[in-house]
Amino acid sequence: MAKIKGAVTVNKERCKGCNLCVVACPTDTLSLQPLEVNDRGYHFAYMSNPDACIGCCSCALVCPDACIEVYRVKLD
Amino acid sequence: MKPEEIIDPANRVYARPRLLTEVNTHYCPGCSHGVVHRIIAELLDEMGLEDRAVGVAPVGCAVFAYNYIDVDWVEAAHGRAPAVATALSRLSPENLVFTYQGDGDLAAIGTAETIHAANRGENIAIIFINNAIYGMTGGQMAPTTLIGQRTATTPYGRRVDLNGHPLNITNLLAQLPGTCYVTRQSVHTAPAVRKAKNAIKKAFENAMAKKGTSVVEIVSTCNSGWKMTPAQANEWMATHMTEHYPLGDLKNE
Ligand SMILES: Cc1ncc(C[n+]2csc(CCOP(=O)(O)OP(=O)(O)O)c2C)c(N)n1
Ligand code: SF4
Ligand code: SF4
Ligand code: SF4
Ligand SMILES: [Mg+2]
Repeated sequence: MAKIKGAVTVNKERCKGCNLCVVACPTDTLSLQPLEVNDRGYHFAYMSNPDACIGCCSCALVCPDACIEVYRVKLD
Repeated sequence: MKPEEIIDPANRVYARPRLLTEVNTHYCPGCSHGVVHRIIAELLDEMGLEDRAVGVAPVGCAVFAYNYIDVDWVEAAHGRAPAVATALSRLSPENLVFTYQGDGDLAAIGTAETIHAANRGENIAIIFINNAIYGMTGGQMAPTTLIGQRTATTPYGRRVDLNGHPLNITNLLAQLPGTCYVTRQSVHTAPAVRKAKNAIKKAFENAMAKKGTSVVEIVSTCNSGWKMTPAQANEWMATHMTEHYPLGDLKNE
């Protein structure tokens, strides 16, 4: 069976650290940066567990600031 | 495979919509307004309506919607968006005219304009962001505020004897012969966002096909006004708001 692998990019400066993408991700790929903040002081989202991403787009669909782009490949 | 190998334009399955401007919105983190803006920007591009769309922005937190979605807009006085949209759609019937309104705008100060535009069956789409509160002005009670809900002006919770009943204006609008499509949606999960997008698409199609007035209520959150985290607000919306404002189609003709 073909395996799906995904990856996302988060526009770090646009992110407001709302955490909705973290909650929406079914594979626990995302977290908010625990210490680092962006220029506006938000703990931005990032892939803390990149191996888990399946490219399902759930994070991007719930993001109110359209910070997330999603990439997906099929591995045979 | 490493993320660097996957992140390549050829593998991209979701990108920031082209019709969202580069401006950072002034919305609070996690606000439903941003999600609905994103859906509208995606649809106007996908439906090829960029040059024919005219939005009417409200007074309320979405007052700057015209800075965020890169199509033509008119800013209406508080609650008057359906009246402005009436003129816009009658004068330029080839355009897609839609309003974007909060519950204070649509169901308090603008109740008359809303009901009469829908009753006349104006060929417009009304996008109604119901967060059960006046978000912009500091979280006061709205006509849509739930019984028991705490707001700045109902600190002990809304009481029927003092504040009256929550106004379910979407149910009222569904009764009017001028409306062709009336639906209630939400944007708190990925499946909900997909459904809400289909609903707004249908509303835009109806307006272009001159079928009458379409109303898409988005049962939303105002985490700042509700004094919750964005995730808590989504949960509170799903458990409490949908009891009084159940999701689904009310009318589809
Ligand atoms: C004529 C007039 N009356 C009152 C106000 C104050 N005011 C500004 S926004 C608002 C209500 C906004 O609530 P809503 O429409 O629900 O939008 P939200 O901010 O919740 O998205 C009010 C009463 C105003 N700007 N103009
Ligand atoms: S694409 Fe899906 S799996 Fe990957 S981070 Fe987003 S929600 Fe999680
Ligand atoms: S949903 Fe968007 S704004 Fe919120 S934390 Fe995730 S990337 Fe940032
Ligand atoms: S006050 Fe409420 S409605 Fe306004 S931007 Fe903040 S969360 Fe959104
Ligand atoms: Mg409101």
